[in-house]
This record gives sequence, C-alpha cells and structure tokens, in this order.
Amino acid sequence: MTSLSETPAQLPAQPNTLQILVSVLTARAGTIFAVCVVVLFVIVATLAPLLAPYDPLSQSMIKINQLPSAQHWLGTDQFGRDVLSRIIFGSRNSLLFGLISPLSAAIIGTTLGVIAGYFGGIVDRVVSRVIDLLLAFPELLLAIMIAAVLGGGFWNVIFVITVAFVPGFARVARAQTMAVKHEPYVEAAISMGVRTPAIIFRHIVPNIMAPIVVLAMLWVASAIRLEASLSFLGIGTPPPNPSWGNIIRDGLNNIFGSPWPIVGAGAAITLVVLAFNLVGDAVRDALDPSTTSSN
Amino acid sequence: MARNLFMRLLDAIPTVFLVLALVFFAMRILPGDPALAALGDTATAEQLALLREQMGLNDPLWLQFFDFVKGVLTLDFGRSLSNGRAVIDLIAYNLPFTVELTIVAMLMGILAGVPLGVLAATNRNKLPDSGVRVFSLIGYAIPDFYLGALLLITFALNLGWFPINGGGVGFADRMYHVFLPALTLAFVKAAFIGRLTRTSLLEVLGKDFVRTARAKGAKESRVIYRHGLRNALLPITTGLGLSLLATLSGSVAIEMVFNRPGVGKLLVNAIAERDYAVIQGGVVVFAMFVVVINLLMDLVYIVVDPRIRVKS
Repeated sequence: MTSLSETPAQLPAQPNTLQILVSVLTARAGTIFAVCVVVLFVIVATLAPLLAPYDPLSQSMIKINQLPSAQHWLGTDQFGRDVLSRIIFGSRNSLLFGLISPLSAAIIGTTLGVIAGYFGGIVDRVVSRVIDLLLAFPELLLAIMIAAVLGGGFWNVIFVITVAFVPGFARVARAQTMAVKHEPYVEAAISMGVRTPAIIFRHIVPNIMAPIVVLAMLWVASAIRLEASLSFLGIGTPPPNPSWGNIIRDGLNNIFGSPWPIVGAGAAITLVVLAFNLVGDAVRDALDPSTTSSN
Repeated sequence: MARNLFMRLLDAIPTVFLVLALVFFAMRILPGDPALAALGDTATAEQLALLREQMGLNDPLWLQFFDFVKGVLTLDFGRSLSNGRAVIDLIAYNLPFTVELTIVAMLMGILAGVPLGVLAATNRNKLPDSGVRVFSLIGYAIPDFYLGALLLITFALNLGWFPINGGGVGFADRMYHVFLPALTLAFVKAAFIGRLTRTSLLEVLGKDFVRTARAKGAKESRVIYRHGLRNALLPITTGLGLSLLATLSGSVAIEMVFNRPGVGKLLVNAIAERDYAVIQGGVVVFAMFVVVINLLMDLVYIVVDPRIRVKS
C-alpha cells in the first residue's frame, strides 16, 4: 500500500486504471493471445445453444464412437453424443464456477478477514486459528474431503470451491486490514466519532481491495480446474450434464472406444486455464508492482 | 532445539482434535441415514432399528464423538458398509500404494525441476530460460488427470510399453506400474520446482557474498552450487513441502486414471457407494497426512536454517 507521503509525487504521471489495464494486457504477445482466448471462451459459453451443432444430450445408438468427421468434428462418444457440442456446453459450467466461486469466496473471506483484523482479540484468535487450519490443506484436497462428505451437484460444488478459497482471501484481508487500521486517516475517523461500520466500509474496505481483486482473478483459473477435477472424480457436475471434467471421466470409461472426448475436453481446460493464468499474472503485475517476479 | 520440537508437537494436538471434530460433525449433519445406506431400500424397520443400535446412532452425540475419537486413536474405523471388511485393513492395504506414488513422483519432480531451475537461472533471459518458462506455464495449466490420460493412451494403450492398470506385485513390478502415474505428477512438480529454484537462485546470486566469491576467483560451478544453490535451499524446501501436499491431493485423480490401488481411489469409490465408514476413514487419513507433513516441514526448517534455532 502506498503511504500518504509518496502519493502526491506519483499523481501527475498516473494514468487512469483503464489505460493501465489496456497497456498491460497488450504489452506482450502472450498476453494478447490469452485475452483473445478468454474473450472467445466467454462468447462460446454464453452463446453455446447457438454455436453447438448438436444437442449435447441427444444419444444415438447407430453413431457411437465415431472418429472425427465433417459432421462430427471431434467424433462421438459411447452414447453417440456429439463430443464438440458437449465441450461447447461444458464451457458454461466452467464459466459459471469460474466466476461464482472466487466471487463468493472473496466476499466471505474478506468479511472474515476484515472482522478479525479490525477487532483483534478473541475474534481474531478464533478466526486465525480456523484459517491456519484450513490453509494447511491444499485446495484440491480440501475440496475432495468436503465433497466426499456432501456429495456432488451444482450448489455443493459452489460451496466446496468457495470453502476451499475462503482462507486465502481471509488471510490477505486480515493482514491488509491490520496494516491499514493504523493509518492516520483511520485514526482520524475514529477520533471524530465515525461509527465502526462506516469506518470499515468507507475507509478500510476500499483501501484493501486491490490485492483482493488480484487474488480473485488468479483464482478464476483455479476454480475452473477445481470444478473439472471434482467432476472428473464424480463428485462435481453430475452426468448427463456436460462438464469438461465429466467428459474426460466418460472418456476414460470408454478408452478403447474413442480418445477424442479426452483429448478435446482436456485441451479446452488447459487452454482456458493457461489464458486465465496469463491474464491474472498481467493484472497482478500492473496493480501490485511489489509482487512482480524477477524477470 | 528439543524444546522447540516438543512445542511444535504440542501445537499439532489441538489441530488434530479440531480436524476430527470437523470430520465427525460434518458426517453427522448429513441428510441421509447411514443404516439405510448400509442395508438398502429393502430393509425392514426392525433391521434398521437393530443396525442403528449396533452402530451407536441412538447414543447421544457427545458419546458418539467420544467413541469416534477413541476409534481413531485405537485405529478402529469400523467396517465398510458395502463389503463388511474392517476399514483399517482397507487403508493398510491401499496406503503403501499412495505413499509409493507420492515419493516416486516427488523424487522425479526434484530430479528434473532443480536442474531445470539452475539452467534457467544461469541462462537468464536466454533460450533455456524461455523454454523453462513455457514448460512451467503449461505445467501450471494442464490438469494432472488429463496429462495422465494422454500418457495412458499413448504409452500404455497404443505403444504397450506400460501396464494400463493395477499396482503390481514385488518391487520391480511395482516400480514398473508406478512409473507412468508418477511421471504424470512429476511433470507438474518439475514445473513448480523449476520455477521456484530459478527465482530463489537468482535472488541469492544477486547477494554480496556471491560477488565476493566471484571476486576472489572461485570457479563458476562452485559459486552456483556451493554459494548459490545451498543458500537457495530454504525457499526451495518450503516449496517442496507445499509440493508434497499438492502431489498427495493429485494422487487421488491419478489413481482413478491409472486404476491403481490407493487411499484416493478407496475414498472416491466409497463416495460413489455412500460407504460412510470408509469415507470417514479415508478423510481422516488424508487429514493426518496434512498435519504430519506440516509438522515435518517445520522440523526440516529447523534443520536447514540454523537462524530459526537461535531465534526461538
């Protein structure tokens, strides 16, 4: 966080956020490519019913395990369903989980972190202990353990991924709040008798948002991967609804039939996760120069 | 130092207790009746009542929790609801396969990752550096179960070089069976460890004592390995701990891909069958893994970095 004394010096040269964002996202060929992939992904997911050549659920016994052809670009699976259409519809799941989970985790985690950081004392001790405990678990393992207990399904997956991400947000929010709490403007607000909720929402939260936003962006990719992993394990999106993870799961059960569902869905996950990672890194480098990796 | 170790051990106890409490209460707030799940829809009311009594489901919650903790401490997780075998036997059979996969994958990942990182750091902003960067970007993005499926299709199914499933019998056969699954996990490890080694090594190589070493005419290889890599060990060790945990969680999907025995596969299959006893046992095993690995990481820091010893 910039301290008060150095802010004025930077002011004249500082372009607005949008300009920074555009310049960062077009600085490298790799990032431009990543932005294109992300845009394409969002378009495909929103327009899936218009773009998909077939109904992703319609089965056909006479067309099982076909190789790629002009009619079926990625062939068909063991139920005669068009693989490309399933992958196109599967993107909707990925987009939905990729957006909702980091967002809800950011809201819950930030709330917990700010409360712990601002009030301190016993609240902080309890919250920190639980955060430390959850942070000890890798997100995937935590998600698998919770899903093991709860089972799959749309809301459960949202819940599982959110819980897996909350501790990370809470830790950052707590640390940032503790740093901002002692800034002169917060102390001034307290001494003027501003009520606590107003201090938190008007003075603390806006000043800790940058790292939270960066974290949320970086975790879009993780959320997409996590949903795919859970669906692959059969504790995510339940079949017959297509999800990139359960397309690969179906593909493995039919590995002697056709490898194309696995190849296609896996390539889609890899490409989209790679793109979101690159965009997330670029945004982080722009918003938070202190974490820029030594290049 | 002994006191330090003792304090860390003491600190792990409430963590273990909290984990057990979370597992227990999460299993209890579940909708659904374990007795019904065990007997199926055809069970009569009397059979259900009898099994509930046997499983202790009629006892007060605190007594059930007490029994559960006692069970964990005495390694008694009950019996599988689907095949009647003791859960601890199932775990004892599957655990070595998971441990074996994790260790081999970690070794492969370190053996590939550290040299890659050194190569990238010593050729900064040149071709090898960019190559390692692209490799690690792909390693971060590709899901391990997808990579595993690709390796399985290519090397086991089409080329026939490796078995397509199972865990193997006897040391040589087991190593043969673990190779492809471990290679899959190691790919992601190597990407992570390579990147980490590069960053830590570059940071150390910028320090004054490295300049001094060069100034006094030490050979470049000595500067890099003796002065550089040795001091880069601490951040790398931290990364290895995290990496070990990630490998463990990755092993779950990999065991499914390669259809090999292991705690992950045991757990996932139990989820499909709603086999509560096995789910509970599997989750506890993974939780204990996490606690123990974190504890070991703390101990390794004390050994690797003498400053920690002095400070506390």
